[in-house]
Amino acid sequence: MSRTLYDLIGLAAGVCFILALKGLSHPKTARRGNLIGALGATVATLVVFAYKAPLHNLGWILGAIAVGSLIGVPAARKVQMTQMPQLVALFNGVGGGAAALVAIVEYLALGADATTAEVIFTVFTVVVGCVSFSGSIITFLKLQELMTTRPVVFPGGRFVIAATLAAVLGVSGWVVVALGTTPLLVLAALSLLFGILFVLPVGGADVPIVISLLNAFTGLTVAASGYVLNSTLLIIAGTLVGASGTILTRLMAEAMGRSLFGTLFGAFTAKPQDTSAAGEERPVRSGSPDDVAILLNYARRVVIVPGFGLAVAQAQHTVRELADLMISKGIDVAYGIHPVAGRMPGHMNVLLAEANVPYDQLAEMDEVNPTFGQTDVAIVIGANDVVNPAAQTTPGCPIYGMPILEVSNAANVIFLKRSMRPGFAGIENELLYDPKTMLLFGDAKASLTKVVSALKAL
Amino acid sequence: MDAMAIVSIFVLAVFVGFEVVSKVSSTLHTPLMSGANAIHGVILVGAIIVCSHSETTLELTLSVLAIVLATINMIGGFVVTDRMLEMFKGKKKGADQ
Repeated sequence: MSRTLYDLIGLAAGVCFILALKGLSHPKTARRGNLIGALGATVATLVVFAYKAPLHNLGWILGAIAVGSLIGVPAARKVQMTQMPQLVALFNGVGGGAAALVAIVEYLALGADATTAEVIFTVFTVVVGCVSFSGSIITFLKLQELMTTRPVVFPGGRFVIAATLAAVLGVSGWVVVALGTTPLLVLAALSLLFGILFVLPVGGADVPIVISLLNAFTGLTVAASGYVLNSTLLIIAGTLVGASGTILTRLMAEAMGRSLFGTLFGAFTAKPQDTSAAGEERPVRSGSPDDVAILLNYARRVVIVPGFGLAVAQAQHTVRELADLMISKGIDVAYGIHPVAGRMPGHMNVLLAEANVPYDQLAEMDEVNPTFGQTDVAIVIGANDVVNPAAQTTPGCPIYGMPILEVSNAANVIFLKRSMRPGFAGIENELLYDPKTMLLFGDAKASLTKVVSALKAL
Repeated sequence: MDAMAIVSIFVLAVFVGFEVVSKVSSTLHTPLMSGANAIHGVILVGAIIVCSHSETTLELTLSVLAIVLATINMIGGFVVTDRMLEMFKGKKKGADQ
């Protein structure tokens, strides 16, 4: 196959990726967009086999692709909707790791023949790829709750991070000047360490923003590898992801009312949390499913606020059943969707779509907030931070400034919770102690099922 | 390839990337991130190229690992994005009813 044909097919794949991103930006074309992207990636992969034929190490290559598919496909197929965010983080991390490895191997192969530009791009790929890899692993551990979800801040942390960054930059210079394998491996190790330190201080609700940012980083490493490997396709694909990922990160931060700067440099401003107030016992009003059913039966307008707890309990079908029952009783029902309810923007939309909840019942935050004044009952199902008034009233708390669903304006608030444990961001919610709040403890699905049967009996 | 061509491609791709996602509803943030994530799995192409050049055991080991990781990123990424979007299709059906 000629180089020209190879490049033309590569260009076609690049166009597929542009169409894919374009398609993914609109609900109607999203699925087709993703398939176009998959088509582009498949073509790009197959054409390498044709162009480079006969490929050296062909058995190894095919074997490795088979192993990767055997790991990736079942993971993607079997993952629960609740664990989607951490899987995306993990996929992003391995992509960054792959880019770093490609750069290292190419560096070993080029040896002393490498030009300065090639070395600089290699260094960039290794540093950013390793940061993306280890950072994504930490976000995975946080979302999977294998480690604490709170910001991890330790005394002198900012100096350790600054020193690590300085070391990364210093060793980068060493690699460019000295051209050796050892400095490159030291650089990889330091970059992995920096990735960990960079993500540890990021707390709770900010994790999705960091995943998106690391995603953009990985894109840029792919573009840099494209330069070293002389592949236009990799440059186009990597740059597209880097640019669109950056915009997406900003959009997400805006949706959460967070400054990107504040999120990323939280380590430099965050103070260790004062947790002395926690553990103090205060009275709360808890109710039975029957109490909840009675309250709902006499309501004219009910707003359902779903959160991560709904996803954990897989209660999306039950909540729809409850909503349909209330509608049949002539009650006005809406779902109030916070843009970052759950563990990722759009998480709740995906979950409720699975239960076939009609689109017109889903109200976005700006739409639903002014209506809480006329709402008789707000049912908060497994959400906490997104309705926590502390975001408006307590300057200095980690979620301060985040727009919230103002459920406290409703006449009654019902919280379905597993326990009094605070939300993902680890902040106490004053609303739980409000006299107009009723708590229904237990698994969201079990509680909702009981409420449904109690409401049917009325 | 000469440096100017590469810089041109890079700059133009940045602008295309900015343009295509400038207005996205928060509903689609997660699938879009996941789809973009799958696209950078195309580093698989790079991993295959370096693997085919590998001479030493160290190079071969690292590049085989790179292929495994890149395949997970690419194939897993597209499959998981499709699964998310499959559910949006259900929503449209619900709205039509």
